[in-house]
Amino acid sequence: MSARDRDRDAVRLHVVTGKGGTGKTTVAASLALALASGGRTVLLVEVEGRQGVARLFGTGPLPYEEREIAAPFEGGRVRALAADAESALLEYLEMFYGMRRAGQVLTRFGAVDFATTIAPGMRDVLLTGKATEAVRRRTGERRRSRDSDTGRHVYDAVVMDAPPTGRIAQFLNVNAEVAGLARVGPIRHHADKVMATIRSAQTAVHFVTVLEEMPAQETLDGIGEIRAAGLNVGSIVVNMVRPPFFPDPVLGSVAEGRFDTDALVRGLKAAGFEDAEETARGLAREVGEHALRVAGESAIRARLDVLDLPRLQLPLLSGGVGPDALHVLAGRLREQGV
Amino acid sequence: MSAESAQGRGRAAARFDVDGLLADRGTRIVVCCGAGGVGKTTTAAAMGVRAAEAGRDAVVITVDPARRLAQSMGLRELDNTPRPVELPETGRGAVPGSLHAMMLDMKRTFDEIVEAHADPERARQILANPFYQSLSSSFSGTQEYMAMEKLGQLRESGDWDLIIVDTPPSRSALDFLDAPERLGRFLDSRLIRILGAPPATGAFRVLGAGVGMVTGVIAKIVGAQVLKDVQSFVAAFDAVFGGFQERAERTYRLLQERGTGFVVVAAPEDDALREAEFFIERLRDDRMPLAGIVLNRVHRTAVPDLPEQAATAAAAELDRLGDHALAAAALRLHAEQARVQDREQWLMDRLAAAHPEVPAAEVPARPEDVHDLVGLAEIGRALGEG
Repeated sequence: MSARDRDRDAVRLHVVTGKGGTGKTTVAASLALALASGGRTVLLVEVEGRQGVARLFGTGPLPYEEREIAAPFEGGRVRALAADAESALLEYLEMFYGMRRAGQVLTRFGAVDFATTIAPGMRDVLLTGKATEAVRRRTGERRRSRDSDTGRHVYDAVVMDAPPTGRIAQFLNVNAEVAGLARVGPIRHHADKVMATIRSAQTAVHFVTVLEEMPAQETLDGIGEIRAAGLNVGSIVVNMVRPPFFPDPVLGSVAEGRFDTDALVRGLKAAGFEDAEETARGLAREVGEHALRVAGESAIRARLDVLDLPRLQLPLLSGGVGPDALHVLAGRLREQGV
Repeated sequence: MSAESAQGRGRAAARFDVDGLLADRGTRIVVCCGAGGVGKTTTAAAMGVRAAEAGRDAVVITVDPARRLAQSMGLRELDNTPRPVELPETGRGAVPGSLHAMMLDMKRTFDEIVEAHADPERARQILANPFYQSLSSSFSGTQEYMAMEKLGQLRESGDWDLIIVDTPPSRSALDFLDAPERLGRFLDSRLIRILGAPPATGAFRVLGAGVGMVTGVIAKIVGAQVLKDVQSFVAAFDAVFGGFQERAERTYRLLQERGTGFVVVAAPEDDALREAEFFIERLRDDRMPLAGIVLNRVHRTAVPDLPEQAATAAAAELDRLGDHALAAAALRLHAEQARVQDREQWLMDRLAAAHPEVPAAEVPARPEDVHDLVGLAEIGRALGEG
């Protein structure tokens, strides 16, 4: 059984991070679709207030409410939630203290604003709290006792479109953050419970990268930080992979400055090009740059190889990403064992 | 795809004259903003190199740059002091201007403000307060406040001919502009007055019965000890806040003046351009001077008059004929690049149509990453030629 097969059974909170521009949200959405196939129910949580999930699925802005956003081709359901700290705080007060009115008073006094934008770490506690609550939630529970262990899990998996790589360890390690402030008390208790889920084998952090220097370096750094915090790293998702156009030996000789432009000219003439020489010069330049890029990409692959982590690959979609493309990407993830 | 878009540059907006902006002695501050991952720090650094080549004495303030980029400018660690960057000679001999670079250490900047504005005893109290320690090292808005503060400091020192700021890659990178307002809101919030006021004095009497409930609830949620830390922090920090806010407001006004140019950095990708539109609109709402938009990593094929479909058809024809595998593969590669180029052009045209008043400079994609000053100088040149 591969690590990935185990993931599907054991991991229930999939945290997806990546440097800006690597397609983190797209990967999170595709992963949710892939995990839902076969009749499972998956929650996709967005925490950065960007409404990126809604944009990808082509719907209006998501509210603070778990609602159906897509159905995978092979059955199953994906719900989505745009979590924001203020709503999470009000919900938390109501859920655990029955303090609906107090929440309103706090809002009026600016305390909610204070707690979610000024008080350090509170925002992260609330957002991770919401995601881990969904992981633990079971059917048939009354609101006050969501953590009993009877009943089926409401969600087979929760996928979080998490903050970028540079901030992920700090974001997930909320306990350390809160421990510096609150050594006792309910918030501390809450943070401990959140951390118990995040530290468990139920949670895996997946890193999305493209085969470029800076995103790959941030991935390596981020993985180091996540491991140092005692959390589990899942897979590396290499996104936007270009198809191989040439066999390796061809690119090798191009990189060494040997390229058979004559063969190119002959081919172009055979295809009926009138300005075969000039076109061949342009194409040769493109092939040269392509060879440089491929060489850079293999160097980066080699650096990622050292980590010995499960690797998933998704292709570059040159037409951009819309709802249909998400299903295509989800299919690719399924083929790779997700 | 149409042959027209493969050949033409679409309805491009006016060209953004980056060289003109940097060479103009009246330009004193350039602020780069944009989503994460679009090459914002690289753009800021490349503009610094370009400005030095134009004879300016520039300083680049960056926030958490990629390691190799930092190393390319000789930066080894977070360090609040601008360090000189050794610029390689260009084809025209030694660089006439100079470049310094600095990586922002937000905690140290915060500590320095406290030390500058509070008496020693109070400063000691604040620096030792657990709430302050969290606030200064991890509060989500601290980087923005501190970037603003550092910009104000450098500008007021008068030592710098041109300051180029790379804004933090936050969810909304223009939180930078909100710093004075958010700080004001924080200071003026009833909560702070409640927390800061000693019991049974002014604020408590004025605000009445709700107050006991509020502090009670907060104590219940966060714990009495945290509440106590916050209260003593607020009491001690009061004096510092005033000076801080005043400076933040001065910097905000400075940014609106002539002499400042905001540069929105983006890449021709859907998300990045949507973010860019958001920045453009936000800057307009705040009446901030927008100099132009830099579009990084723009792909251009080397055979502009060969459209995607023609290349794909020719490759298929060669497959049928056999024996021309190399040419067929080169044509397929070209078709892929033409497709990427067309999509990028379509996205950039959409932006230009929505904001025809914003000049744009395009920087071609490079097959390899930039990690030295020569690479930065090349990007600077591409920016200038835009």
